[in-house]
Amino acid sequence: MTETLTIGKALNLGLRKALEDDAKVLLMGEDIGKLGGVFRITDGLQKDFGEDRVVDTPLAEAGILGTAVGLAMRGYRPVCEIQFDGFVFPAYNQIVTQVAKIHARSRGRLPMPIVIRIPFGGGIGAVEHHSESPEAYFAHTAGLKVVAVSNPVDAYWGIQQAIAHPDPIVFLEPKRRYWEKADVDRDAAPEPLFASRVVRGGDDLTLLAYGPMVKTALQAAQAAADEGRSLEVIDLRTISPLDLEPVYASVRRTGRCVVVHEAPLTLGLGAEIAARVTESCFHSLEAPVLRVGGYDTPYPPSKLEEEYLPDLDRVLDAVDRSMAF
Amino acid sequence: MTALQHTTEVVDPVPGADAPHLPGQPDLVQLLTPEGERVEHPDYSLDVSDEELRGLYRDLALVRRWDVEATALQRQGELGIWASLLGQEAAQVGAGRALAASDMAFPTYREHGVAWTRAVDPLDVMSLFRGVDMGGWDPVATGFNLYTVVIGAQCLHATGYAMGLQRDGAESATLAFLGDGATSQGEVNEALIWAATFAAPVVFFCQNNQYAISAPIERQSRVPLFHRAAGFGFPGVRVDGNDVLAVLAVTRAALAAAREGQGPTFIEAFTYRMGAHTTSDDPTRYRLASELEEWKLRDPIARLKAYLSRSGIADPAFFAAVDGEGDELAARIRKGTLEMPDPAGTEIFDHVYAEQTPPLAAQRAEFVAYHESFEGEGH
Repeated sequence: MTETLTIGKALNLGLRKALEDDAKVLLMGEDIGKLGGVFRITDGLQKDFGEDRVVDTPLAEAGILGTAVGLAMRGYRPVCEIQFDGFVFPAYNQIVTQVAKIHARSRGRLPMPIVIRIPFGGGIGAVEHHSESPEAYFAHTAGLKVVAVSNPVDAYWGIQQAIAHPDPIVFLEPKRRYWEKADVDRDAAPEPLFASRVVRGGDDLTLLAYGPMVKTALQAAQAAADEGRSLEVIDLRTISPLDLEPVYASVRRTGRCVVVHEAPLTLGLGAEIAARVTESCFHSLEAPVLRVGGYDTPYPPSKLEEEYLPDLDRVLDAVDRSMAF
Repeated sequence: MTALQHTTEVVDPVPGADAPHLPGQPDLVQLLTPEGERVEHPDYSLDVSDEELRGLYRDLALVRRWDVEATALQRQGELGIWASLLGQEAAQVGAGRALAASDMAFPTYREHGVAWTRAVDPLDVMSLFRGVDMGGWDPVATGFNLYTVVIGAQCLHATGYAMGLQRDGAESATLAFLGDGATSQGEVNEALIWAATFAAPVVFFCQNNQYAISAPIERQSRVPLFHRAAGFGFPGVRVDGNDVLAVLAVTRAALAAAREGQGPTFIEAFTYRMGAHTTSDDPTRYRLASELEEWKLRDPIARLKAYLSRSGIADPAFFAAVDGEGDELAARIRKGTLEMPDPAGTEIFDHVYAEQTPPLAAQRAEFVAYHESFEGEGH
C-alpha cells in the first residue's frame, strides 16, 4: 500500500505499528497523550493504546529516561520523547551514565532497548533551546547508537527498526521537515537502519548530509547541475555507527568531499568524517575534505538563524572551494 | 540572630554527640534498644523465630567480617578501593531480609550487606573493587541490581522497574537504596515524584549515615529526611538503623504495602558510618572522635548479641561457631580475590552493544592485531 505521507504522519504510523506489534512497547513523554505531543507525532495513540502504554509523564526529562531504564530492565521497550533538542540535557546524566553503559556494566545481562526520540535542528523561528543539534554528544558516547532520518520512508521504517533493536538509540527527527511529503510503500521491504544511502548520483564531488540538511544538499546538487557540476549526494542516515564504505567508494571516484550539518563545526560529525575519509581515500583526494556547519556559537535568536544555518549558497560556496583547490 | 545564622541553624542535629543514648526521638521506630532490650512499638510488631534471630546475627557478623577483610585487602594493595559498610550492617541486613525472592533491590555502591542477603557471592563484589569487572553477579537471577556509582541515579531505575511490575500485575516491589547525600539530587526528587504520581510499588530506603563523604546531614536538609515524604504525598518513617529488628519490621511493612498497591514509602534508617567514606577518605578531617565513640555504644551487632545472650536464644557455642564461620569466609574471600584472573583485553569491546557495530569490531581487530604484533618479542 503506497500513500503520500509527511514525516510526522509516517512517524505516527510507525509508532502505531510498533505498539501493535509488541505489547512491551511503551511511549513516554511530556504532553504525548491527550495532546498527541507538541508536534502531534503521537496523535491518537493514547486513545487507542491507553494511558499505561502512551504515558503522559511528569515534567522531568531525567525522570523519563531514568524510569525508562527500570522499565527496560523489566523487559519493556520504552520509546521516550524529548520535547525539544535543548531539553535533553536534564536527562543527559541518565543517558550517558546509565542508558549507554548498563549493557557493558552488566556484560550483556541487562539489555537497554530504549529509543530516545528528539526533534532536532533549527529553522522554525523558535526561542532558545528549541533549535539545537546535539548529535555529536551522543555519537561520542560509547553504548549509544544515533540515527537521523531525512524523509517519510525512513521515518516510517526507521522508528520501527529502532524500537525493535536491542541497543539504545537516539532517534533524531528533523523538526523543520516534519511536514515534508513523500510516497511511502508500507508493504515494501525496508532498508537496513544503520546504512548510508546514495540519494543522487554524481561524478564531480561527494556531498554528505543527514537529517534536515539532506534536502538542502539535494537542492544544492540541483543548483550545481544547472551550472554543469555533477554532485553525488549521500544521506548518511546513521551517525553512530557511521556507515562510510559507500562514502569511500564515492570519494574514490569523485576525489572531492563536502560534509554538511547544522551542528557547530568544531568537533562535529564533519570532523570525524573528514578524518576517516582522509585516512581511507588519501590517494584519491583532489582537495581536502571541507565542512559546512553551524558556527561555534550558541544557537542565535531566530532573526539570525538563516545566517547561522548552512543553506544552499553556503554549500555551493564550499563546493566551489573544493573544485578550485 | 542574623539571617545567615538562621539559615545555617541545625534543625535536626546528629543525636548523641554529647549523650550516650539517643535523645528523645519520639518518631524513631525501635524494637531493640542499644542495650539489647527488646521493646514493642505500637505500629510495628515483628514475628520472628529464634532461628531467624540467630540467622540475623550470623548475617551481621559475617558481613562485618567480610568488610574487615576487604578493608585489609585494600590496605595491602589488592583492591583499588573499598567502600566500608561498618556500622550500617543492621540497616542493610534488615532491609535485605525484608525482601521477597521476586522483589528487586537497587543498591548504591555500599550495599554489601544487602548483597549478602540476596545470595550474591562476595567475590562477585570484590571483583568490582579489584577492578576486574563492574560487578560479577547476575542482577536478574539475584534480584539485586548492579552497583550504581552516580549518586541517586538508581532511584529512578527502581521506580521504572516498579512501574513495570505494575503493568505485569506482579505482586512484587522494588527497594531503592540511597544515602542522606543523595536526597539532595534532582533525580532522587524526580523518583519520589514519579513514584507518588504512578503509585509505583517502590520503597525508598535511605541510610542516613550522617555524612556524604565530609558533608554533614545539615548541609543536605533542614528537616528530618523522613519528613520529606509528606511533601511528595506518601508515608515517611524513621527507623533506628542500628536495630536490625526494627529495620526488618518497618521494611517488611513498607514492601507489603507497596505490593498491595498502596504505593511508595520513604524509610530513613538513622545510622552512622563508623568507618571512612571509602579507603581513600580521612574522616578525622571533618568529624570528632568523640562522636564515633558515642555511636560505638549503639553498635548494631553488640546489641543483638546482648539480646540473644540474655534471652538465652543463643549460647557462647553459637557465637563461637559464627566467629569460626567468619574466619573461613574471610579466608575464602582473601584467596578468591588474590586468585582472580585479570580479564582479557578484548573484554573492553565485547559488551558495549548487544549488536556489535562494524566500526567497533574493526577497532577490536586492530587491538588484537596490535597485541599480536609483539608476540615472540618477549613482551
